[in-house]
Amino acid sequence: MTLGEAGTALAFGLLAFLSLLIAAKAHTSEYAFHAYLFAAGSIAAVFAIIDRYYNRPAIKAPLTIDGKPNYNMGPIKFATVAAMFWGIAGFTVGLWAALELAFPVLNFDLPWISFGRIRPLHTSAVIFAFGGNVLIATSFYVVQRTCRARLAGDLAPWFVVLGYNFFIVIAGTGYLLGITQSKEYAEPEWYADLWLTIVWVVYFLVFLATIMRRSEPHIYVANWFYIAFILTIAVLHLGNNATIPVSIFSPKSYIVWSGVQDAMVQWWYGHNAVGFFLTAGFLAIMYYFIPKRVERPVYSYRLSIIHFWALIFLYIWAGPHHLHYTALPDWAQTLGMTFSVMLWMPSWGGMINGLMTLSGAWDKLRTDPVLRMMVVSVAFYGMSTFEGPLMSIKAVNSLSHYTDWTIGHVHSGALGWVAFVSFGAVYCLVPWLWNRKGLYSLKLVNWHFWISTIGIVLYISAMWVSGILQGLMWRAYTNLGFLEYSFIETVEAMHPFYVIRALGGALFLAGSCLMVFNLWMTVRSGGTEISTQSEPSLVPAE
Amino acid sequence: MPATYRFLAEFAQSWGLVYFVTIFMIVVAYALWPSNKAKFDEASRMPLRED
Repeated sequence: MTLGEAGTALAFGLLAFLSLLIAAKAHTSEYAFHAYLFAAGSIAAVFAIIDRYYNRPAIKAPLTIDGKPNYNMGPIKFATVAAMFWGIAGFTVGLWAALELAFPVLNFDLPWISFGRIRPLHTSAVIFAFGGNVLIATSFYVVQRTCRARLAGDLAPWFVVLGYNFFIVIAGTGYLLGITQSKEYAEPEWYADLWLTIVWVVYFLVFLATIMRRSEPHIYVANWFYIAFILTIAVLHLGNNATIPVSIFSPKSYIVWSGVQDAMVQWWYGHNAVGFFLTAGFLAIMYYFIPKRVERPVYSYRLSIIHFWALIFLYIWAGPHHLHYTALPDWAQTLGMTFSVMLWMPSWGGMINGLMTLSGAWDKLRTDPVLRMMVVSVAFYGMSTFEGPLMSIKAVNSLSHYTDWTIGHVHSGALGWVAFVSFGAVYCLVPWLWNRKGLYSLKLVNWHFWISTIGIVLYISAMWVSGILQGLMWRAYTNLGFLEYSFIETVEAMHPFYVIRALGGALFLAGSCLMVFNLWMTVRSGGTEISTQSEPSLVPAE
Repeated sequence: MPATYRFLAEFAQSWGLVYFVTIFMIVVAYALWPSNKAKFDEASRMPLRED
């Protein structure tokens, strides 16, 4: 047994012991449940390590076979499957949340599925569970292929994917049981945050160590975006979760920041979760998978360098635009607004770079629905990065803030950009990983594309209309100076748009169910060998 | 407190600006430097090469 295996098994053994101790003395039964989950997970990890030790070959997996890199694809396959599972789960919960808004009776007066609990379940499931697994899968794939080196670490890549998904389970079940620290997109409590910190640091080390093994002189631009994503998320996570637990036996903790400083730290985190998780990470996907699918290099590598540095230097300052007209000092609000408007430039630079990669090969859009999906995603990226700066302008924000316009904006980015580019990447990745010639059916991809696109359009246009209507109704005065509408009247006016939104969400979910079926059939019926990638058939490394 | 604010504001509006413009110039110069062209062309083909 190697030192790594023995040490990891020992650490998990200690964690199991500690978890059982906490479970026995936990202040609440929900927290005890989580402690038992930690104990069960740790014991399973110990058994898995021992089992693996007895079944693996005595020597370590070689770094190269016949002079070709011996890529480690096992953890990537797991993360890809997990991404699709969480995707379907997250879209379904989102649809349910939308239906609850249109027909509140659908929460059945049950606390566990009340809107306040399933809303964070939806956002975390789609952003962190679906998006996060797509990012882990693609980053581990791209870094190996562009560095021509095997993924660093023996147990470490498995620890990253399994540990991350365990975090998702803790976070998700916590929301349903009512455990939350009430910070948007950072709801999990202190113990889940600590666990995620460990997993994330290992993720960063695996990624960096793989880059250091590279047999290419240059680090490809996609890897720069992945590094920025992993590193910045680590810093944001630590800053926004600087909490002190009431007791090790209690799930409750208190943040060290207070008042408006806490709000500012929260939105410094929140907006950069958008900037570095939902943008930088997925731009890395764009910079690898679009050139790969078009079989042309990126339009301008020089532009990609300027794009990268400008984007990361500007994004980090944009958070205060979430706090316009609050207790935050005026100069800080203006600063956030200014940087948000400036962000338009690098965003569109990146969009142009992605789209122009197709120059000379535009005809492929007609025949390849996977490519069409990715190109439409880049177009949505351009649209939502134009809308975002616009909404950050104080005068516009006074109308749009707290209305459904924000929800529409977020979903044009999340469904149109993040989800579509992920779908495109996963459609590419599955045949490569499982050594299949191609997808089971391009026709089904085409159906997926159109059904989901119509879903997105229904969703975002309903939210634009409803948001602007809401904003205008809230600020309407009678000629005597009274508010013209009571709040409940504005809620009633939203009803038809909420129904259209739910319909759009249902279409989006239906499209992704087609995708899962298509991928399942690709893996099952794809016959044998010879992918378009001409991947060498290597011995599985595990 | 107002003195601290004024100091920080002046610092941000002067040296902060210089800092950002300098960084941006360095990035643009690095990206557009003629002798880097071959290296970047090579790098841009990295995803397309098979092993």
